Amino acid sequence: MSEALLKIEEAERIFGGGRSLFGRPLPAVHAVRGVSIQVHKGETLGIVGESGCGKSTLARMLVGLDQPTGGVITYNGEDISALARAGGKQLARKIQYVFQDPLASLNPRKTIRAILEAPLVHLLGMDRAAREARLEELMQAVNLAPEFLERYPHEFSGGQAQRIGIARALAADPELIVLDEPVSALDVSVQAQVLNILDDLKQRFNLTYLFISHDLSVVESVSDRVAVLYFGKLAEVGPARSVFSTPRHPYTHLLLESAPAPGRKPTAVEDSETELPDPYNPPPGCAFHARCPRGSDLCVQSEPLLEPSSIDGDHFAACHHPHGRAS
Amino acid sequence: MTAAALSSGSKRPASSRQSNLRLLMNNRLAAGGLVIIAAVILIALAAPLLPLADPDVTDPANRLLPAFSEGYLLGTDELGRDLLSRLIWGTRVSLAVGLSATVIAAFFGSLIGLVAGYAGGRTDAILMRGIDMVMAFPYILLALAIVAVLGPGLLNALYAIAVVNIPFFARNIRGMALGLSRREFVDAARLSGMSHVRILFGEVLPNVLPVIIITMSTTIGWMILETAGLSFLGLGAQPPQADLGSMLGQGRKVLFTNPHVSIIPGVMIFVLVMSINLLGDGVRDVLDPRLKSGSLTRPVARTAVERAVMPDELAPHDDAILDVRGLKTEFRIGGEVYKAVGGVDLRVGRGECLGVVGESGSGKSVSAMSIMGLAPTPPGRIVGGVALLDGEDLFAASDERIRMLRGLAVSHVFQDPLSTLHPLFTVGNQLVEAIQAHNRMTGTEARKKAEALLRMVRIPNPAERLNAYPHELSGGMRQRVCIAMALANDAEVIIADEPTTALDVTVQAQILSLLDRLRKENETGILFITHDFGVVSAICDRVAVMYAGKVVETGATEEILSQPAHPYTAKLIECVPVLGEPERRLGAISGRPPVVNRLPEGCAFAPRCHKATEECRKTEIGMTTISDGRAVRCIHPLTAKAAAV
Amino acid sequence: MASYIAKRLLAAIPVLLGLTVIVFFIMAMIPGDPATAILGTYATPENVEKLNRDLGLDKPLVQQYFIWLGNLLHGDFGRSFALNRPVLDEVLERFSATLILAGTALVLCSVLGLLAGVVSAVRQFGWTDRIVTLVVLVGISTPSFFLGLLLILVFAVKLQWLPASGMWAIYGGGDLPDLLRHLILPASTLAVVATGVIARLTRTAMLEVLRQDFIRTARAKGLPERKVIMKHAFKAALVSVIPVIGIQAGFVLGGAVYIETVFQWPGIGSMLVKAISTRDLLLVQGGVLVVAAAYVLFNLAADVVQTMIDPRLR
Repeated sequence: MSEALLKIEEAERIFGGGRSLFGRPLPAVHAVRGVSIQVHKGETLGIVGESGCGKSTLARMLVGLDQPTGGVITYNGEDISALARAGGKQLARKIQYVFQDPLASLNPRKTIRAILEAPLVHLLGMDRAAREARLEELMQAVNLAPEFLERYPHEFSGGQAQRIGIARALAADPELIVLDEPVSALDVSVQAQVLNILDDLKQRFNLTYLFISHDLSVVESVSDRVAVLYFGKLAEVGPARSVFSTPRHPYTHLLLESAPAPGRKPTAVEDSETELPDPYNPPPGCAFHARCPRGSDLCVQSEPLLEPSSIDGDHFAACHHPHGRAS
Repeated sequence: MTAAALSSGSKRPASSRQSNLRLLMNNRLAAGGLVIIAAVILIALAAPLLPLADPDVTDPANRLLPAFSEGYLLGTDELGRDLLSRLIWGTRVSLAVGLSATVIAAFFGSLIGLVAGYAGGRTDAILMRGIDMVMAFPYILLALAIVAVLGPGLLNALYAIAVVNIPFFARNIRGMALGLSRREFVDAARLSGMSHVRILFGEVLPNVLPVIIITMSTTIGWMILETAGLSFLGLGAQPPQADLGSMLGQGRKVLFTNPHVSIIPGVMIFVLVMSINLLGDGVRDVLDPRLKSGSLTRPVARTAVERAVMPDELAPHDDAILDVRGLKTEFRIGGEVYKAVGGVDLRVGRGECLGVVGESGSGKSVSAMSIMGLAPTPPGRIVGGVALLDGEDLFAASDERIRMLRGLAVSHVFQDPLSTLHPLFTVGNQLVEAIQAHNRMTGTEARKKAEALLRMVRIPNPAERLNAYPHELSGGMRQRVCIAMALANDAEVIIADEPTTALDVTVQAQILSLLDRLRKENETGILFITHDFGVVSAICDRVAVMYAGKVVETGATEEILSQPAHPYTAKLIECVPVLGEPERRLGAISGRPPVVNRLPEGCAFAPRCHKATEECRKTEIGMTTISDGRAVRCIHPLTAKAAAV
Repeated sequence: MASYIAKRLLAAIPVLLGLTVIVFFIMAMIPGDPATAILGTYATPENVEKLNRDLGLDKPLVQQYFIWLGNLLHGDFGRSFALNRPVLDEVLERFSATLILAGTALVLCSVLGLLAGVVSAVRQFGWTDRIVTLVVLVGISTPSFFLGLLLILVFAVKLQWLPASGMWAIYGGGDLPDLLRHLILPASTLAVVATGVIARLTRTAMLEVLRQDFIRTARAKGLPERKVIMKHAFKAALVSVIPVIGIQAGFVLGGAVYIETVFQWPGIGSMLVKAISTRDLLLVQGGVLVVAAAYVLFNLAADVVQTMIDPRLR
């Protein structure tokens, strides 16, 4: 493992808030509540979490589509917010993004050529000949026929459209690609195609991935390290193998037990009546406390910090009563 | 299943533009409107060239001549001016004013709308508050105030009409631009290094343009009416200049004695506006695909049944409550026939859960929805097969009988619990309704039962939750309500169409275990539609795998998962990443599923199958029973050994 | 609910203030000497000077606005020079006549429009649908002032069933049947366009709603089709139709200008037209303000009704 490419320190994003005209405080949603994590060069960091855990908000902040309301995110030592305010071109040449909905991320009135040329023109300032060569390279990289360049997005299936989305992200030759649920809108057979292409590209172009998904098995199959987000905070971070084989946080446990898998009946699932806490009004202490089978009074009183496991120093969990290796 | 997803043709923009014109011409009303308006414009443009009398020369000797008088085809007005000439020149003025006002309003309104919608935040708030202020005036009143200040006159009327229409454009365009600016392709453009101005005019505007054109084409007529109105009141065109409105206004003085003087310009305004409106509606239908007549049709209460093929055997299977045989459902869209379901057999026993698995477009949902006639007609229709419920052929039953069985013997749980519950009624109201649809029960009794149902699906504080609206509940709670509704009348079969797809994994696990427990307690059969093999393992006893509208393999869940016999099933299972096996390289199926309006001869999977031979592509392949309860639609099924490779 | 209404009423205050700002600045755009423009060319120099002082025209524009606004709040809308009576008195008297006409028309167009729209959607592509669509198209393409003239020709001149103009008979009359006889023609003329617009929108809204998932749910429950349409679909469609009725109220109020002129209805519309041609600007200003304020309040009522139907808006 090499040096940290991307450093997220205490990143926080609050939507709304502030005060109304008459000084009344407005409701605020705490989407990301202080997340610290690093992405190392050449790795794939998987981020798992259920809807409302803040994973997409976090992803958007990494590419400058959104700004944190607190904390710092740096890329190679440079503050991302500052780069984004300066126009974001420099940032966009380093970090790119692949969107969840492949068709919605392609302008229906532009040809694939126009879509793929945009980063080449605006980010790299390539001339016509150079663009032509690069386009061919890109289409070949994502395994699409070059004649598709003249077509419009609606003529493509979901899987093809997502490969175009990936080609666009590749166009500017970035170092890091943020993949926001890149396969959740796709059928399983297509999903496998796209995952395999992503894997090839990573080897070929020396990429670093930040892979966001709600699907545990997909994340497990692509990630070197995994971070589990719950309610805007990290519940657990560590090497993928270690997190999936010996989860320490009770929430990770619950996730793994709930995930349906072919040939397996779900084991004990949590009883009903339990829900996500109110994002307008986060509870004190551990956010998972109300659903946690291991919860104690301590969990209500103080918020657990992310601490390394005694056995594996790279495996962190934010829990007062983590599962030991034995469980 | 959308038409766009089904069509594989690759249209080019040039040909699509041509086909737009053809589409417009196919609409007879719009074509008629276009012909009339084109003729009117031509005549108006040619006015200086036509052999017409001077429209402003008075001739007191020939005043108020009736129509068809010698030398005066349409007669004369109270000052003896030739009405035909005045009509043509007046039309010219009215058209010019209406068009200019539309262009001015469209330009400024669209600009404000685009900027407000794209910028959002404070800019949007300020601009739109301003627009709201203007809209707070009753439409024509503001125009009157403006004319009052500027003084009567044609040009002032034009400005006034243009100004009061700016908000209309601004609002329409802003809504559209706002939606587009939140779309991912705008974010993608930003990440491609494009500036805001470039994105606004290069990415957003082309998508808004059709709406601007639609709005213009539907407002021109209105603008002409309004300018004519101001002139009618004497506030627009001033004598001797005349537009249609002022002609009508002047003619009004002699209405009782010589009605033709006012009726002629009145009819002209009507013809002009009517033809523009007809054309405008046609343009809207062509440019706004949502409104294209085919897509905005209302589904009727029950799927149409036009069976050409009936299965040979109609005796119900012994232990089946629901027995579907040879079901064929088609969609007819614009001359194309999409064979969404091409002969499907499904059997559900008492207390049994049958999973129907397939990718999108495989026809699994359509099969399930066809059973109780819930597949949308138009464009859907059932063209073959039977669905036997306790031996009764559902496709032959009367509408009233089907209505009675729905929710009583067969109930449904759908995918998205937010859109399937009515947003404007409380959960309690909707549950009570489901109960009372099949039981004579007082309101209080039904409410008690509803509360019990909510308790059964383990919703906390059921009495209180009865008063909640769907949007006040979480996704998991909403799906519990839907399940409670399906249980309201102790149905024998529940048809569940991807009931957990929209839910988070932890909630999905809860809902699955709830469904599993309830079907065992109540002996309810479940037809469970899903795309997820993991979900199948969690709840289904047996599985039917669907591909291109047909069941390709069926059997007990464990057997199919461990030893798939059809190459498609095997490939599909290989594609799924499995928890705990991160090292496994995922298998992928090359190619795309066939489109169901152009199915290949023989096996639909053959083009993607590594085992396919000539034989596979020749004739239709039938189901072969390979062991007890196991059948496969393949002439080269995988043996246990082959599947393990 | 009460607190919601109170909140909406409070929120209407800035809108009303905005109206006064717009009207004030439109008036400030008058070219030349405003006092002369307001009083007309026949005004005596003393009157002009007095008005200039009253309006504070020597002061900065913003200060002028507040003086003017203060006067409005005291009920002082100025005097109409042509009628030689306080503007407010004249406006209120005329406005009540307009309210009777426009109110009747609005009720007519809402009821007929909703009815026609629902029937047309339910019988989509049937004969009823075609007839409704055609009538609606003709309705929204006919200039209301022309339609008014035609109706007068047919029903008042040729058939002599109904009076051609005015609000009351000149001799006798003065009772409700008399008013109704005078009301029928202008109110129906005024309602035609708005009926068409509402019918069209209701049809589209119904068709859209009928494709929604919750309609399929209602059918899956085994509800009778009548209930599916009249309860589930109609209520959902109403949510998008009510704001349109609010907007149509504005068109009806504005359209009253033509109809009152054609039928010589003694309402605020015919007053405005007369005032504009005599350039009685204070009267125009007062009339516009009162009608606009009424319209704002009506839209507020429409908002409240919509919120009552749709719990998501609360």
